[in-house]
Amino acid sequence: MMHFLLLFSRQGKLRLQKWFLPLPERERKKIVKDMTTMVLARKPRTCNFLHWKDLKIVYKRYASLYFCCALENQDNELLALEILHRYVELLDKYFGNVCELDIIFNFEKAYFILDELLMGGEIQETSKLSIVKSIEASDMLQETMEEYISKPAF
Amino acid sequence: MTPSVRLQEMIRVIRSARTQGEERGIIQRECADIRSQFRQGDNGERSHSLAKLLYVHMLGYPAHFGQMECVRLIASPRYSEKRIGYLGAMMLLDEKQDASLLITNSIKNDLSHSSQYVQSLALCTLACMGSAEMCRDLAPEIERLLRASHSYIKKKATLCAVHIIRKVPELAELFTPSARTLLSEKNHGVLHGAVVLITELCERNPDTLVQFRKVIQAVPELVQIMKGLVTSSYSPEHNVAGISDPFLQVRILRLLRILGHNNDTASDAMNDLLAQVATNTDSSKTAGSAVLYETVLTIMDINSESGLRVLAVNILGRFLLNNDRNIRYISMTSLQKIVQTDHNAVQRHRGTIVDCLKDQDTSVKRRALELSLALVSAVNIRSMMKELLIFLSVCPPELRSQTASGIFNAAERYSPSKRWHIDTILHVLTTAGGDVRDETVPNLIQLITTASELHCYTVHKLYRALIKDIAQQSLVQVACWCIGEYGDLLLKGECEEIEPVQVTEDDILDALETVLQSHMSSPATRGFALTATMKLSTRITDNVDRIRSIVSIYGSCIDLELQQRAVEYNALFKKYDHMRYRSAVLERMPVMDKNSPGHTNGDTSGEIKEPDTSKPKPVEAGLLSEPASQVCDLLDLLGGTDTPLQPSPAPTSTPTTTSSADLLNLLGGLEITPGEKFIPTVSVYEKNGLSLKIQCDKQTETEVTVTLIASNSTQNDITNFTLQAAVPKSVQLQMKAPSGNVIPAHGLGQVTQTVLLNNPNKASLPCFRFVQLSFLLN
Repeated sequence: MMHFLLLFSRQGKLRLQKWFLPLPERERKKIVKDMTTMVLARKPRTCNFLHWKDLKIVYKRYASLYFCCALENQDNELLALEILHRYVELLDKYFGNVCELDIIFNFEKAYFILDELLMGGEIQETSKLSIVKSIEASDMLQETMEEYISKPAF
Repeated sequence: MTPSVRLQEMIRVIRSARTQGEERGIIQRECADIRSQFRQGDNGERSHSLAKLLYVHMLGYPAHFGQMECVRLIASPRYSEKRIGYLGAMMLLDEKQDASLLITNSIKNDLSHSSQYVQSLALCTLACMGSAEMCRDLAPEIERLLRASHSYIKKKATLCAVHIIRKVPELAELFTPSARTLLSEKNHGVLHGAVVLITELCERNPDTLVQFRKVIQAVPELVQIMKGLVTSSYSPEHNVAGISDPFLQVRILRLLRILGHNNDTASDAMNDLLAQVATNTDSSKTAGSAVLYETVLTIMDINSESGLRVLAVNILGRFLLNNDRNIRYISMTSLQKIVQTDHNAVQRHRGTIVDCLKDQDTSVKRRALELSLALVSAVNIRSMMKELLIFLSVCPPELRSQTASGIFNAAERYSPSKRWHIDTILHVLTTAGGDVRDETVPNLIQLITTASELHCYTVHKLYRALIKDIAQQSLVQVACWCIGEYGDLLLKGECEEIEPVQVTEDDILDALETVLQSHMSSPATRGFALTATMKLSTRITDNVDRIRSIVSIYGSCIDLELQQRAVEYNALFKKYDHMRYRSAVLERMPVMDKNSPGHTNGDTSGEIKEPDTSKPKPVEAGLLSEPASQVCDLLDLLGGTDTPLQPSPAPTSTPTTTSSADLLNLLGGLEITPGEKFIPTVSVYEKNGLSLKIQCDKQTETEVTVTLIASNSTQNDITNFTLQAAVPKSVQLQMKAPSGNVIPAHGLGQVTQTVLLNNPNKASLPCFRFVQLSFLLN
């Protein structure tokens, strides 16, 4: 099971954090700091796996964003790389040529997409098409409600 | 997509802040605004405010005042408000907050909502932050959703069930019946969830595992599904780089691993499938490699046939040659896991592994180092050591001490000759003397004393190293000690194995004085140098006065240890200057015995003969006559007879004492208190000139390391000597490579083999070892 998923920029600014374990706020902040330091210190052509405490850290850099997740011992690291890639593909499909700014200004949508891909630290849907359809349907539901109330969502 | 104007505006403003202080100011204003919005009650603006608050929270500012707002928004009938409310709950509330309990009722209601998207929000939130109480409350609802609904909800309910089981393991039985029916689903999302659920159930409860294996016959069903995935035609929906649904494939392989572990029938049922997947999966992209990797892990963990295992190791070998660094790293991690059990198979790839020592990436280097050290054996010690020493000189600093200690261990176990051993240690000390452990110095000194024929060679080499560089403290300490002990040999000048160089007494004393006076020398090093100088007073003839003056100077040294030594040495010169006292005190040291301190047990031999009451099997020893190969079965290593099972008589002062005593029962019920170091050597077999001893090296609460030593006092060499051992099920056995398989005659040499016994359950078992020796005599 994945313990957490973080997205942060090259300057170490957090863009998204998803925690699949209950941890106190202070602990979370510390982990984020540790992860950013560790991952940003890695040289360009090194492998994408690290060891931290008793977890395996898998990270991948996409343009200016680092996607970083923590796995347990029995989890498959290569598959985690595929999961991260799947998430990026979904973001790309949704936003159309996604860039960091899209995720900054529409962070809540990035979360909604993530919640369709992962749940409880595990993958919930393996079909990209299916996820894209569900997101579109939920957005549609939101918009019809808005039209009904005739007020923008946020 | 509706633009979230006010949220985005706020984000823009915050980002345009030029200093941290400015940003804080903006945030404070916004938070005040948000708080007043929350107080105003329902006006359609609440979701904006919460969204803004969540952004502020992500920047690291406190946002706890939004928790109640999340609760309110979740209860709202509007989908947009629910959506943001649930997101807020997942970000701001966790099970430690009291407010989290308040949403339990809303979740319950939403789980039966007419819209599946609302249901999905509730399920997602429960799976993310549901506490144990919430899970207990809502488990029946989830179970109902598992059975009744549409696949969109079913897959989410399955993962929610996984979360519930993790939080409240007792509820596992509630989900077991549904789990089995879910396996026949066609939808990949649901199927994946089902496999995860079954994995979780089986991992938590061994009875459920047996149930899934035997009663539900999960293995054939999973094999069927896998076959379908592997052989299916291209399906655009699930295809990733030519592999059909790698996520599902990997999960199924993992479940098969659990079901097949330690079970022959299950393992047999999946052999064909694993072979098929291993040969047919295209590993040019990460997805394929991920599936292959999981396949290899599964093959190695179940009772697979040897052909399959060889296939798996070959796949790992292929991975080692892959251009992708990730795959090289993965393969080395896997090889590390199997290097003990499939040693020979991994040895075939030794060359590639050693090449990986030269990789740029530190993680890869680290793995290659661990693996290389595990692969060192008597056969390849020379070439491996060459590579390791090269690595030591160029390796990154964080790996140096691990390399150095690894080299020392390997050298100690497999060194072909004493001289080679000493050379290796000297090489390490010159290259990385600062990173070695403290025991290295006494260990090296002890080694040097035992190699009496090499004293001349050693002292010459050390002297030369000393005059080149006095910065490496361990090297300097050993060098000083040697010069002090064997200074006379140094002065003689000739030595067969090294080019002769004339060394005068002044040269030696100069060198020692440099060490004494240098600010690079630590106090311990100075102590060594001073003692060495003193010892030379009985070994050299001309410059005794110079020594006297050096020693007396240090009589007033600030360092207390040095001062004491100098004063005592001075006394040797002055008061007790009869040559016999001084020379008696300073004469050559005897050969030191390794591991001698802390020896507490003396009557091992008496206790071996006691019939050990915990042996359940009768003794049988069948011997064929020489010169055919002899196979002796040894049960009851302590020579007991057929005795009924009785509880172990070991004392029960503390539970840990009992367990460690039981593990070593084969040594005759010796009393062992944890923390006390003692190394008995027990002779367990003596027949026809072949004797086998067991020496306990190290012992903790759950682990014991013993060395088996075989020696031969007959006229002829014993060849093809191999040793196998079996232990009870709860004890894990790990046998390292033996030092060789030829035992020279007349007791001229020995074969040693280190064995690790791991008793993780600390079970007070009667421990018996069944050892099989096979060898050729004559």
